Amino acid sequence: MSKLRIPVNEKDHRAGNASAKVILVEYGDYQCPHCGIAHPLLKRLLKNFGKDMLFVFRNFPLQEAHPAATIAATSAEAADLQDKFWEMHDLIFEHQDDLYELDETGMAPFAEKIKLDMKKFAKDVTSDAVIARVENDFEGGVRSGVNGTPDFFINGNRLNSYDATYDSLADAVISLV
Amino acid sequence: MILQKGERAPEFELNATPDQKLKLSDFRGRRVILAFYPADWSPVCSDQMALYNESLRLFHKANAVVMGISVDSKWCHMAFAQDRKIHFPLLADFEPKGKVSKAYGAYNEEEGESYRALFVIDEQGVIHWSYLSPDGINPGADGILDALEEMK
Repeated sequence: MSKLRIPVNEKDHRAGNASAKVILVEYGDYQCPHCGIAHPLLKRLLKNFGKDMLFVFRNFPLQEAHPAATIAATSAEAADLQDKFWEMHDLIFEHQDDLYELDETGMAPFAEKIKLDMKKFAKDVTSDAVIARVENDFEGGVRSGVNGTPDFFINGNRLNSYDATYDSLADAVISLV
Repeated sequence: MILQKGERAPEFELNATPDQKLKLSDFRGRRVILAFYPADWSPVCSDQMALYNESLRLFHKANAVVMGISVDSKWCHMAFAQDRKIHFPLLADFEPKGKVSKAYGAYNEEEGESYRALFVIDEQGVIHWSYLSPDGINPGADGILDALEEMK
């Protein structure tokens, strides 16, 4: 019933085929274990349907529940300013266990690993623009009825059939291709 | 049936902490979001309260305060709020049990718990929007934010 209120736009982090008919949006939290479960499913989905779909990731950090959620989100956004969003995104989800109670200095090893300009990263990760970006993603999610993570929208409609399996995602994409 | 738009929100005075009581009329001049919910600790309620916790900035921007209400005791609320780092009041509709929930039409007699019901109350204490959610479903915050926006 819920609809995506903020249409996918050029500011979004996008992977796959930009002109595809099927657009899958995830609202996610880097420290949420359920998002960690979804991550490899989405990688597999993109591998198999990358020509037929566009995948978009938007931030929905539940900071009080996940103390490193916001700093992880701003780190990925800071990496984006060096054109390495997806590298950071993947690295964080693949090392969720290392996130526990990290502050921004704790994110440095992630940034080093993907060879970011560390000076720029340190400046960007706490910048107003990056923080506002994450907050705006969150607000757009709340306005769209996101009530937990991960939450998916496919072609603008809430995907209620997702049940933490690859098939539930693949079936949703196949039905629209 | 829960109270509807246009009805006056019934006054209450409930414990927010073991030594602090809050009255609805304390908030005259501000908008009040009341979130009745079945129980502390149960999975859906917890997600719902976590979401409101993160949405406080958006509520404050609209001159609104949010309060959760369940029949759990003030001590239970205190432990729950500490554990989940909840930064808004949780009111104990504990004695007489469910009195306030009943006044809002949001009491489930069978379970002895509040229903999952939302109310947005305006600056004068009149209900502007109300919503009864199925017990097992986290209603999110989109309805609340839409209601607050309509009031501008």
